Amino acid sequence: MQMLKQRSGVRAAQPGRRTVQVRAVAAPVKAPSSKAIITPEVAKDLYYDMVLGREFEEMCAQMYYRGKMFGFVHLYSGQEAVSTGVCRLLRQDDYVVSTYRDHVHALSKGVPAREVMAELFGKKTGCCRGQGGSMHMFSSKHGLLGGYAFIGEGIPVGLGAAFQSKYRHDVLGDEKADSVTCSFFGDGTCNVGQFYESLNMAALYKLPHIFVVENNLWAIGMSHLRATASTAGDNDPHIYKKGPAFGMPGVLVDGMDVLKVRQVAQEAIERARRGEGPTLIEAETYRFRGHSLADPDELRSKEEKAKWAARDPIPQLKKYMLEHGLASEADIKALEDKVAEVVEDSVKFADESPKPEKGQLLENVFADPRGFGISEDGLYRYMQPGFSSGTAIVS
Amino acid sequence: MLPSLLGAVRQHGLLARLPRVAQSARAFSTPTTEMTVRDAINSALDEELARDDKVYVLGEEVGEYQGAYKITRGLLQKYGPDRVKDTPITEAGFTGIAVGSAFAGLKPVCEFMTWNFALQALDQIINSAAKTLYMSAGQINCPIVFRGPNGAAAGVAAQHSQCFAAWYSSVPGLKVLAPYDSEDARGLMKAAIRDPDPVIFLENEILYGQAFPVTPEVLDKDFVLPIGKAKVMREGKHVTLVSFSKMVGYCLKAASALARDGVECEVINLRSIKPLDKDCLVASLKKTHKMVVVEEGWPQSGVGSEIAALMQELAFDELDAPVLRVTGAEVPMPYAANLEAAALPQVDDIVKAVKSIA
Repeated sequence: MQMLKQRSGVRAAQPGRRTVQVRAVAAPVKAPSSKAIITPEVAKDLYYDMVLGREFEEMCAQMYYRGKMFGFVHLYSGQEAVSTGVCRLLRQDDYVVSTYRDHVHALSKGVPAREVMAELFGKKTGCCRGQGGSMHMFSSKHGLLGGYAFIGEGIPVGLGAAFQSKYRHDVLGDEKADSVTCSFFGDGTCNVGQFYESLNMAALYKLPHIFVVENNLWAIGMSHLRATASTAGDNDPHIYKKGPAFGMPGVLVDGMDVLKVRQVAQEAIERARRGEGPTLIEAETYRFRGHSLADPDELRSKEEKAKWAARDPIPQLKKYMLEHGLASEADIKALEDKVAEVVEDSVKFADESPKPEKGQLLENVFADPRGFGISEDGLYRYMQPGFSSGTAIVS
Repeated sequence: MLPSLLGAVRQHGLLARLPRVAQSARAFSTPTTEMTVRDAINSALDEELARDDKVYVLGEEVGEYQGAYKITRGLLQKYGPDRVKDTPITEAGFTGIAVGSAFAGLKPVCEFMTWNFALQALDQIINSAAKTLYMSAGQINCPIVFRGPNGAAAGVAAQHSQCFAAWYSSVPGLKVLAPYDSEDARGLMKAAIRDPDPVIFLENEILYGQAFPVTPEVLDKDFVLPIGKAKVMREGKHVTLVSFSKMVGYCLKAASALARDGVECEVINLRSIKPLDKDCLVASLKKTHKMVVVEEGWPQSGVGSEIAALMQELAFDELDAPVLRVTGAEVPMPYAANLEAAALPQVDDIVKAVKSIA
């Protein structure tokens, strides 16, 4: 495989990229058969979720250019198969940690579109009351532990949530504690030190954690092939091969095929729930838009973009559903209409929601602002009448 | 003062004329034991691990090695490897794990072998632990304690001697505590572990081995000191000396030396760098009208800078002299013993500073 030389700052599409294979963790994947591997209900759920992700992100682009959204906004368009394929398998008590490209992870995990849109508009009704913004989506109800701007920062945090699950089982004796955590991050993150620290500790402590690499080949304008050394004996920098080096299975999957992603994720999640430890999943995918809405996206060639656009996960699933009789054209249209309704409603809701009041500025810095503790009646101790003032005494 | 002598002195009404060491009258009225700061922290950790099974300790060498400075001695044997976890040398990684587990409901005590090594974990401390409650608008809090020795030890040179109090105290979302004696160490550690927010617990290696008297109250397993309250170690009326951690001991020595020359210093032990006990400082300033802040850290943007700014904002008319700062020298810590001594505040430096304004 040759890598074409760089020409005047524009890297041509990679012609020799080897054909993508699915590598399942346990049994080999069966060849595609005429029998569908999912039920109609699951198919419709997956389709709805992917279309919701796509339409939501496209609406974000519109709203951004109209000035309703501001700052750094990073859209997920094109990568829906990964978020849908993994997150729709998770329970509400499972955790997801993401980077700044987190809108669709929030939606797939169950955060209502209204709350995400309102957050993006900086309104009080957003999931973080307007205090987090595009890059910092949090929802304790849905187990979404962020939303981090620093790539690599979220992975150890994800490990921590997995650690908590194992601790709950091993130390606190909760036999039913088997929640798993999925950390999503990109190819650029795979060169950050915290990634390697986390691979080691996840395997060392056998944590129920799944590393999901959304390899979209580009970290802003830095091509993955320019940033990462090839694994020994290869011509390509394979990320999934770093898993076994650290003691866990590494799986490569076509990130544009939601069913393949789902299959691989299912095995990884079940492994984790059984207590067999972490898995590294590398999903090959692509973002149709630039790194962020401020990125002119000049370094990626038209050919490359066209090649990946032809593999758009949403038409792929639609085709599969129709071919296997999982849904009719009318069903699919109904799902798409529902999404359009939900997205429009979320914009209307966000538009009409109030901005946070000034008084909200200083709230939520501390859970216990004065540090005197919380007494039995649930009030802060410093609010008790007769609480000592002046110099501290032995109390 | 010997307990019996003090009793006699009190009986004869002489106490009022002697400098009153705050709380010692109460402390000396019952038999006291002594406890090193090391044992104080160890016992606090032990009791909190026993009290709440969500509390766990992690860090390098905390388990089988019994702690790099023996602070966690005996805890692995008592609580097992699931609750006292030896980690690989991977600060950012294990700090992140601790933070993430705190987000999910556990109560970690994350040890840094020294606070210098925490520089590798700064991303997790600041961006994850400190900011997440705010970013999530109150949904996800972080009940974590980060602890370890801070500041200069002896001859450990530039990369092992930095004082981080000023840096961490500027971050909204972190509470910063700096105990001096064993009472502080026990009470503040317990408060920190029971607190629902991230707490930076700055210990001091030199103080670990020092023994201080502790009363039965301090030894009680529910002894908790309030966060955000300073302690007046010694009352005085001429100059206020403000400090934290090891420098409190130096200030007390300086106060004794100055008392022989008729200068009565009030010595305040901050205990809590953030939140800062402004009320205590202003109340003292109203008595003495002069203040000297003593810290080991570097002068620019240090804890003393913040206190000086606050005092002139809150109590300008009470000041009869500028707020002076006695700080470490503006250099990375040198290795040679005499240079190291010159780079850190000594008792003489404090005495000189007080005399220049007294």
